[in-house]
Amino acid sequence: MSAPRVAAVVAIVFMVSYAAAQVGGDKRRSGYRDMGEALQKMQDDDTANPGMLFVQLGGELWSRKAGTADKSCADCHGEASASMKGVAVRYPAMARDGDRPLDLEGRIDLCRTEHQKAERLAPESRDLLALEAFVARQSRGMPIAPPADPRLAPFRAQGAALWRQRQGQLNLSCAICHDDNAGKRLAGIVIPEAHPTGYPTYRLEWQVLGSLKRRLRNCLVGFRADPWPSGASDYVALELYLMERAKGMALEAPGVRP
Amino acid sequence: MANVLVNAPKSAKRGAIVEIKALILHPMETGFRPGPNGTIIPRNIIERFTARWNGAEIFSMDMSPAISANPFVSFFAVATESGTVRLRWTGDQGFAVEEQVAITVE
Repeated sequence: MSAPRVAAVVAIVFMVSYAAAQVGGDKRRSGYRDMGEALQKMQDDDTANPGMLFVQLGGELWSRKAGTADKSCADCHGEASASMKGVAVRYPAMARDGDRPLDLEGRIDLCRTEHQKAERLAPESRDLLALEAFVARQSRGMPIAPPADPRLAPFRAQGAALWRQRQGQLNLSCAICHDDNAGKRLAGIVIPEAHPTGYPTYRLEWQVLGSLKRRLRNCLVGFRADPWPSGASDYVALELYLMERAKGMALEAPGVRP
Repeated sequence: MANVLVNAPKSAKRGAIVEIKALILHPMETGFRPGPNGTIIPRNIIERFTARWNGAEIFSMDMSPAISANPFVSFFAVATESGTVRLRWTGDQGFAVEEQVAITVE
């Protein structure tokens, strides 16, 4: 090849890769990318990711009969790998004739009380988180796809307002850290962009699987606000906003975080 | 019902070094933490982990309260003969769990 042709090829290659970088110019970062390599490997290896222990537990619960209806999840939904694929990426969502959005936990609860005629699982209990993790695992790698249901709009707006609302003795809002200062360091730790891509997540700090609600409470306590009471609508509203904000990012559940 | 995840190769060449990785669901309660009512939560840890290849012990370890919940153990062994590797965790409050994997040596 002659020198001008080489230069031309190099120029074309550069232009193509530059264009590709622009098209994929999504600057959002999952917390996964801010972790060390060891933790990333831990999350990616299904036999090293402790979250998978809970997924395994959830799989058992999925096929266990419960309630006076004596039905298991599998009796209605069948094989979870088919029926639950893509479910976790579109929650929170509106129930068919509901008046408020439900997160995955709320949806599982509704199924238990309506169809299985069983008692509610305690909020954020191990069994509930395990079921949630099992369902979320079926959507791993899929892009987060919040539904375009117009009934969700007011709740999403409520979530967006909460995101920007200053709270607590430190008078901080979520946005101040996770929008304005994301990527900088707070006490040596990189401030993540707060995309809920890995929930329920196994945090090494917790030594157990935990929900997004628990993570939100951590933040609230961190800036010395009163955490919202269990079951408050604020959690689901903020989750709606966060999922919209992370639209198109890949779901990693069950994630591992430090 | 105990919850265990074991990662071991299904087959190995004779004389090869294989890695066996095992993860178990366990709270590893230290016995030093006060509970919500102020009294100490009783210690509940795994005390010992052993691995036997066709009955012969190839690896064992004692665990302490400083080890995290859901302990992950990884160790290496030389593949000499086909057979089963039995992994056994024993600990406080009568905890005893056994899991086995088959490895074919060619």
